[in-house]
Amino acid sequence: MEDLKKRIRANKLRNYLFLIIGLLATLVGLLLLCTLLIDLALDGASRLSMKFLLSFPSRFPEQAGILSAWVGSFLVLLVTALAAIPLGVATGIYLEEYGKKNWLTDIIEINIANLAGVPSIVYGLLALGLFVYFLKLGESILTGGLTLALLILPTVIMATREAIRAIPNSIREASYALGATKWQTVQWHIIPYSTGGILTGIIIGLSRAIGETAPIITVGALTFIAFLPSPPLTPEFPYFSFQWLMDPFTVMPIQMFNWVSRPQKEFQLNAAAAGLILMAMTLLMNGLAVYLRYKFRKRVKW
Amino acid sequence: MNHTRKRKIKESAIEAALLVCALFSVFITVSIVFILSYESFGFFREVPLRDFFLGTQWTPLFANPKFGILPLITGTLLTTGIAVLVALPLGLLVAVYLSEFAPHRLREIIKPALELLAAVPTVVYGYFALLFLTPILQGFLPELSGFNALSPGIIMGIMIIPYVSSVSEDAMIAVPMHIREGSYAMGATKLQTAFKVVIPSAFSGIAAAFIIGISRAIGETMVVAIAAGGMPNLTANPLEPVQTLTAFIVQVSLGDAPHGTVAYKTIFAAGITLFFMTLGLNILGFWLRKRIRELY
Amino acid sequence: MVAETIKAQTKDLNFFYGPLQVLKKINVSIPEKQVTALIGPSGCGKTTLLRCFNRMHDLYPHNRYEGEIILFPENSNIISPEMDPIEIRMRISMVFQKPNPFPKSIYENVAYGLRVRGVRDKSLLDEKVEKSLKDAALWDEVRDRIHGLAFDLSGGQQQRLCIARALATDPEIILFDEPTSALDPIATSKIEELIEELKNRVTILIVTHNMQQAARISDRTGFIMLGELVEFDKTEKIFTAPSEKLTEEYITGRFG
Repeated sequence: MEDLKKRIRANKLRNYLFLIIGLLATLVGLLLLCTLLIDLALDGASRLSMKFLLSFPSRFPEQAGILSAWVGSFLVLLVTALAAIPLGVATGIYLEEYGKKNWLTDIIEINIANLAGVPSIVYGLLALGLFVYFLKLGESILTGGLTLALLILPTVIMATREAIRAIPNSIREASYALGATKWQTVQWHIIPYSTGGILTGIIIGLSRAIGETAPIITVGALTFIAFLPSPPLTPEFPYFSFQWLMDPFTVMPIQMFNWVSRPQKEFQLNAAAAGLILMAMTLLMNGLAVYLRYKFRKRVKW
Repeated sequence: MNHTRKRKIKESAIEAALLVCALFSVFITVSIVFILSYESFGFFREVPLRDFFLGTQWTPLFANPKFGILPLITGTLLTTGIAVLVALPLGLLVAVYLSEFAPHRLREIIKPALELLAAVPTVVYGYFALLFLTPILQGFLPELSGFNALSPGIIMGIMIIPYVSSVSEDAMIAVPMHIREGSYAMGATKLQTAFKVVIPSAFSGIAAAFIIGISRAIGETMVVAIAAGGMPNLTANPLEPVQTLTAFIVQVSLGDAPHGTVAYKTIFAAGITLFFMTLGLNILGFWLRKRIRELY
Repeated sequence: MVAETIKAQTKDLNFFYGPLQVLKKINVSIPEKQVTALIGPSGCGKTTLLRCFNRMHDLYPHNRYEGEIILFPENSNIISPEMDPIEIRMRISMVFQKPNPFPKSIYENVAYGLRVRGVRDKSLLDEKVEKSLKDAALWDEVRDRIHGLAFDLSGGQQQRLCIARALATDPEIILFDEPTSALDPIATSKIEELIEELKNRVTILIVTHNMQQAARISDRTGFIMLGELVEFDKTEKIFTAPSEKLTEEYITGRFG
C-alpha cells in the first residue's frame, strides 16, 4: 500500500513538473516576441519621425528615409490584392459549390495544398522566368504584385472554402427549392454569407505579403531607390496613367534588409525604425483580421 | 423552351469560367516545374552532374568557377537541423500543454499570440538574429563568428514553433475523449495519458506537423541571408558562417549576373534542388494528414 | 360526391441510392386542392418520396429515379431527364422540417422566390410580400418590422415565414416535410390551421411522423413501410377501418 502511495505521489509530481515545463515552453516564443519588439523599439524609436517617413534613402544614414519603400509597398499590395482576390475567391467557390468528386478536383486540391508549402523564394524564381522575361513585364511593380498574389493565393482559397463550408446545407436547399439556379444561389446566398471569412483570409494574406522579401528581391526590386513611381494622375488627357505599374520599385522589408546589411551602426538604427513600422503594419492588419473574424462570427449564428 | 436553354448556357458559362480560375493553381505548379527545369537543363548542359552533386566548392561567380552544390546543401541542413532541434521538441511540448493541460481561457489567449509569432516578417527575425542574439551568444561562446549557423538556426526554430504546435495540437484534439477516459479511469495522470495514449494515437498528425516544420525551415530565406553569412562553407560546425541554398539565390539576385549566363542559371539549379526537397516533404506531410482524417 | 381532379400521380416509381433501392413501385394519386399525408415509421422512405416531387435528389450524387410522376393537367413527367428541375421547383414549393429562413430580412426572405423569377418592380414585390405574409397568418405579427432580421423571429414564426416564402410564387403544389416536428404545440396547431386553410388554393402533400396530425388535417393518407406503399385511401378509412393488417398494426401502435 505504501508503495502504491509513493508511486502516485511520484506520478503527480511529474505531472506538476510538466505543467510548469509546458507553460515555459509556450512562453518561450512569446518571450522572444516581446524581446524582439523591445529591442526594435530601443534602437529604432530615436529615428522615427515625419522626416523619416517622407525622405528617400541616402548614403548618409541621418538623412535616409523610407518614403520610396512604403509607397512601393502600398502600390505592390494594391496589385496583389486586385490579382489574388478574384482568382482566389473564384477558385474557392468552384471547389465548394461546383466541384464534383472526380480526378480533376483532386488534382486541383493537391496542387493548392502543395503550393501552400512551396518556399517563397521559389515563387520568386517562377516570377523571374515567367513575368520578368517571358511576359516581358520587367522588374516592375506589376511583377512584384503578381508574384505576391501567387504567394497568397492558397491562403485566400483556403479562407474562402472554409467560410463557404460554414454555411449550412439547409440554406442551399431552401434556395434551390424555390427554383433558384446554382449561380443565383451563389450570388445571393453563398457569397454574401461568406464575405466575413473571406475578408479575414484576404487581410491575413496581405499582412503576410507586406513582409515578404525574398521573392521580391528575386524579381529585381532595387534596394536603393531615390525616386517615386510615376503618379497615377496626369495633368493631360486622359488624366490617369498606368505607367506606375511598370516602374522600378522597392518595398519596406527590402529597405530594412538593405540597412541591416550595412556595417555602420547608424544604418542599423534606421533598420530598427523601419522594422518597427513594418511590425506596426503587420500587427495592425492581423489585429483587424482577428476583430473581423470575431465580429462576423457573432453576426451570423447558424 | 428558349428561356431554359438561355439559362442553361449562362450557368454552364459561369461554371466554365470558375473552373478556369481553379485550374490556374495547376498552371502555377506546372509553370514552376517548367521554368526551373528549363533553366536547369541549360545549366546542366554546361556543368556536369558529377561536378554539381559531388563538388565541394561553390564559387560560381569567380573567374574560375566551381559548381559543387554540397556546401550549400550542408549549409541548409545545418541551419535547418538547429532550427528543428529547437522547434520540434518545443512545438510538441506546447501542443501537449495546450491540448491536455491548459485551461480553456488560457488557450484562447495563447493561440492567437502564437499565431502572431508566425506573422512577424522574416527580415525582422533576421535583424534580431544578427544584431541581438549573435552578440549575446558571443558572450557565452567567444569563438562564435559574427555570421554563423547557430543564431539564425535558433531564431528560425522559435519562428517555426507555431507551425509545429498548431498542427500537432489539431491532431491531438482529434483524438476522441473516450480514449483518454480509458486511461484516466485506470488512475493515470494527465501527463501519462498525454504521452502514453494521446500522442501515439495522434502520431500521423504529429509526424505531419514535424514535416511541415522541417519544410518551412529548409525554405526560409531572409533569416539566414542576413545572419548566416554569404560564403558557402562545407562544415558541420554551427559556429562558422555558412550559406544556404536560399541565401545564395538572394545573393545572386542582388548582384549583376546577366540573364542567360551560367552564373544566372545557377539560381535555378539551386532552386530546383530546393523545390524537390520541399516537394518530397510536402507530399509526405499531405499523405500523413490524409491518413488521420481517414482514421477518425 | 364531388368529382375530384388528380393533380399528380406516380406510376411504378422506384428510387435508388446507389445500389440500394429505397422506394419500390410506388403508385399514388395526389388529389388537387386537398391535403394528402404520408405516414410511416422513420426511415421508411416517406421523405424520400416527397423529395422526388421537386427533384431535390438531383442535388446529390448517386441518386436515380425510375418510373414516372405525372403532373396534371398537361400530363408531363416530373422525373423525366428532359424535364428541367428548376422549372419544376418554380411550380412545386417545399417547406422543410427545421425552419430555414435566410439570414436576411423578413421582406427579403419572402421576396426571394420572386427575385429568382426576375421580378424587380418594387410595388409588385411589396404587394406579393404582404399577401403571402397574410396568407401565412404572419402579417399582423411582423408588419412593423418587415425589414428586420428573420432570425429574430420565434421558431413557429420562422416556419410560417418559410410557408409565406413558399406561397409567394403561387405554387401548384406545396410539399411539407414534417413541418411541425421542431415546434412547440401552440406553434404546431397554428400551422395545422394554416394548412387547412391553404388547401382551398393549393394542393398539399405532407410527410408527418405524427399520426394524430395526419388524422386531424388530411383528406387522404398513404402508409409507407420499407419503401413500399402499403395502403392509400381516404384518411377516415385509414384510421378507422384500414384494409391492410400492417396499417392497422402501425395505427394502433404495435410498432413505431
